[in-house]
Amino acid sequence: MRIGVVTFPGTLDDRDAARAVKYAGAEAVSLWHGDADLKGVDAVILPGGFSYGDYLRCGAISRFAPVMTEIIAQANKGMPLLGICNGFQVLCEAHLLPGALTRNHELHFLCRDQTLKIENTTSAWTSNFTKGKEIVIPLKNGEGSFQCDDETLKSLEENNRIIARYVGENPNGSRNLIAGITNERGNVVGLMPHPEHAIDSLTGPSTDGLPFFTSVLTALVGK
Amino acid sequence: MGKIVVDVMLKPEILDPQGKAVAAALPRLGFSFATDVRQGKRFEITVDGDVTAAQIAEVEKAAEVLLANPVIETFTVRAE
Amino acid sequence: MSLDTVAIAQTSPDTKQPFAELGLKPDEYARIKEILNRRPTSSELAMYSVMWSEHCSYKSSKVHLKQFGEKAPHSDALLVGIGENAGVVDVGQGYAVTFKIESHNHPSFIEPYQGAATGVGGIVRDILTMGARPIAVMDPLRFGPADAPDTKRVLPGIVAGIGGYGNCLGLPNIGGEITFDQTYLGNPLVNALCVGVMKHDQIKLAKASGAGNLVVLFGAKTGGDGIGGVSVLASETFGTSGPAKRPSVQVGDPFVEKVLIECSLEIFAEDLVVGIQDLGGAGLSCATSELASGGSSGMAVQLDKVPLRDPSLSPEEILMSESQERMCAIVEPKHIVRFLEICAKWDVTVDVIGEVTDGDRLIITWHGEVIVDVPPRTVAHEGPVYNRPLAQPAYIDMVNAQIINVPLPSTADEIKAAMLTIASTPNLADKSWVTSQYDKYVQGNTILAQPEDAGMVRVDESTQLGVAISTDANANWSYLNPYEGAKLALAEAARNIAVAGAKPLAVTNCLNFGSPEDPGVMWQFAESVRGLADGCLEMGLPVTGGNVSFYNQTGDIAILPTPVIGVLGVIQDVRTRTPMGIPAAGLDLYLLGETKNDLAGSEWAFLHNQRGGNSPIADLQREMKLIDFLLANNSIFKCAHDLSQGGLAATLIETTLKHNIGATVTLSDAGIELLSETPSRVLIAIDPTDAAKITYPATKIGTTGGTSLTINGTEISLAELRTAHTETFPKLFG
Repeated sequence: MRIGVVTFPGTLDDRDAARAVKYAGAEAVSLWHGDADLKGVDAVILPGGFSYGDYLRCGAISRFAPVMTEIIAQANKGMPLLGICNGFQVLCEAHLLPGALTRNHELHFLCRDQTLKIENTTSAWTSNFTKGKEIVIPLKNGEGSFQCDDETLKSLEENNRIIARYVGENPNGSRNLIAGITNERGNVVGLMPHPEHAIDSLTGPSTDGLPFFTSVLTALVGK
Repeated sequence: MGKIVVDVMLKPEILDPQGKAVAAALPRLGFSFATDVRQGKRFEITVDGDVTAAQIAEVEKAAEVLLANPVIETFTVRAE
Repeated sequence: MSLDTVAIAQTSPDTKQPFAELGLKPDEYARIKEILNRRPTSSELAMYSVMWSEHCSYKSSKVHLKQFGEKAPHSDALLVGIGENAGVVDVGQGYAVTFKIESHNHPSFIEPYQGAATGVGGIVRDILTMGARPIAVMDPLRFGPADAPDTKRVLPGIVAGIGGYGNCLGLPNIGGEITFDQTYLGNPLVNALCVGVMKHDQIKLAKASGAGNLVVLFGAKTGGDGIGGVSVLASETFGTSGPAKRPSVQVGDPFVEKVLIECSLEIFAEDLVVGIQDLGGAGLSCATSELASGGSSGMAVQLDKVPLRDPSLSPEEILMSESQERMCAIVEPKHIVRFLEICAKWDVTVDVIGEVTDGDRLIITWHGEVIVDVPPRTVAHEGPVYNRPLAQPAYIDMVNAQIINVPLPSTADEIKAAMLTIASTPNLADKSWVTSQYDKYVQGNTILAQPEDAGMVRVDESTQLGVAISTDANANWSYLNPYEGAKLALAEAARNIAVAGAKPLAVTNCLNFGSPEDPGVMWQFAESVRGLADGCLEMGLPVTGGNVSFYNQTGDIAILPTPVIGVLGVIQDVRTRTPMGIPAAGLDLYLLGETKNDLAGSEWAFLHNQRGGNSPIADLQREMKLIDFLLANNSIFKCAHDLSQGGLAATLIETTLKHNIGATVTLSDAGIELLSETPSRVLIAIDPTDAAKITYPATKIGTTGGTSLTINGTEISLAELRTAHTETFPKLFG
């Protein structure tokens, strides 16, 4: 199984995402933003960071990178695609996922170990979880507050498209404590916290993040 | 040289923590006039010669796809 | 302003020049004329003035700093020593590690966010310049009183600036310190440390050699940032002379720096440069003169080839500009095409601005006219040296004679009140409000980060080799006795490394002091350097480099002498590291070392407004025995935590709150044992069956478990302790 990890200028967690892919037992393939070739990968991860400095809006410029055209096309055909943090922001800007990520309500960058509750276990990236499972993985961002209109929120709630919610105090002002969502088909997932930093308790708070990466292998094998 | 100005604001229903922070700071500094503050972004785009209607239309397109995110923001375009 | 050329300077010897306004003394100006055998051009004057400033030339500190070389212990680990951008240490397995601290104090007072941000950017480029991939940062910070209005202005801005820049570079921030004291009001200290790693054969040096090789400027374009910032900002006290001396502030662009890092590392990997230098303080003046001087060659630079963000800049301003995120490389002509290709891949601006020449002159032209023609060594390495007068200040005898008289807790109520005070006082309170604004996870190699005793990062995933870093200063002790204070800070930093399970290997420093023109301050400085050099010799740890920041004073009030000491250690297998928090119930708690009545300079004395007494005397032999014991017995420690500011009280609070596992402790003289700050002590938790393995003087003080910290029967719930510990910062700065 080959999983692509995209590097934009300013991407930071690409090597970490690649490491998580390896921990899950797949091959990580590095994809360059300026290169439209997906090298035949089975799934793609858009990792965290500050692509293009995030100066305009987070993810606003990356969305137009040559690699994204092919990724969007493949995702629309069902290829599993996970956007973590900045990657989630890119997915929203690219309209693969609804809503937008805005400035944290406390206005600070926030890095902490965050408890999440897994809500959806049918997406390509969450099938190896049990519903309602509480996990602890790092959250680290300055613009992680998920916002959308009431109608979209209602649709996300009613169609089981909320992947995970923050447990306890709302860390960033996200509507309905949303930490991650999926598209209708369940192949595209955006997640604000960082599962790739919770795959080894030596370097992270837990190993709770690993099932995101093993889930996609299960999904691909079952295809 | 002409200048085209694009003002981008968060939609009224979207939480604006930066505007809220300014609104909270004003009375602490003795300014009691504000009932609300919203913070936005301003782009100044320089073009050769006087601004044309066609350029305004082009910038409106650019604002729609790049300068603003219509999911959360509104924008206005004008020549200055 | 008309162009001042060498030709004009030769024919107009009597032109009046603003050397004093640029911070040069009359005799320094006279020496420049003597070197050049004519008056300098305005561009040359600009170069000399920035390069001969205190900040760049170390003219007041040099005579003292040479002790680090003279007293250097023999060390096989040192690959590159003092004098380069940063020292390089061998950590084994073919890896070399480089680390350094630098101050960005005054800029951070003027514009906290940008000052702190560009401080991070500058130190990261220093590390990158050595050929290393930066792998972590740390920030020791000092502020005026926590409740002072100006602290509320500078602290949030500085923290946001460090986070804003460092997070965007993808560098984990793994530690630091935050201390408050009245003397830092108006003089906040922002020290930034970076550590980087490379293979031995990838070490790069700042030297331009090989006539015909190209001088290449790459990175951000040059603008009017911080013009004169180095000489004016870092050399003279501001505030007394009004706003006229305030130069423009440098503004950082971390995205450009991130791209510059990746671009440079790709260039290094293909071995495309002969020498490299980053542009920091003194900008191009520094980079060109240091490269030429370092390579003992000449250099010809066409200044009009420098890409500008602001086309109205004059040549003098271009030479002095401190625009960030720029690097200057020396490239052989055969490699230039590939060099330019890599820059294009990363969308990095790059221009060839000159070439290395035979001979020993640095010649800079502006549209064909020669505006600089100097021997580069006289600019970069042969600046003025001052042996400034020094005298023990009168306060020393006065404060040393004072007897500390503070109330010590003995009843249950007093013990509880003292513990809650220690838990909540700003110097010792939980710093999560600050550290949660820093990314500690990025790169996926962070093993330990603040509030642990040391920061630790993994260097090699396959072998689990890692490095640990700790920075420490105890300005209260340095105020009472700067010689001992520096040694004690060194001892503490080394101990913190060993507590985490790593072997101390090398030392860096950031020496923050008041005005060197005050003989008392100069004495504090000289004593601190002597103490540190003696301490390093005794402990066998080489000083690999450092930074001096003078003029941290407002009017006559200098900051407390604040030598920040950074120690780097190596750990063969990061999986053997020892964390600080009690991990389980049912363990025995042992206090290693002996507790004496050391309240002078302690947090408890500070809380009672007592600043006098005598600092402890550093016993480095004892410290080394403790370190040896810690390293040899690492495997039996379930956790270990250093005792320092706030004594055993602070250590117990931190170790119990970490995983919310309590402890029951019995002390014979609770007041002193909780609050004394005797050095060379560590609290450890072990399995009771390992008791026989404690072969170092130690006292069993209790056991772990429960949801309270109980001291001599006084029970304090961890919930109450946690509230006291964690609410201070959000209340002050939230």
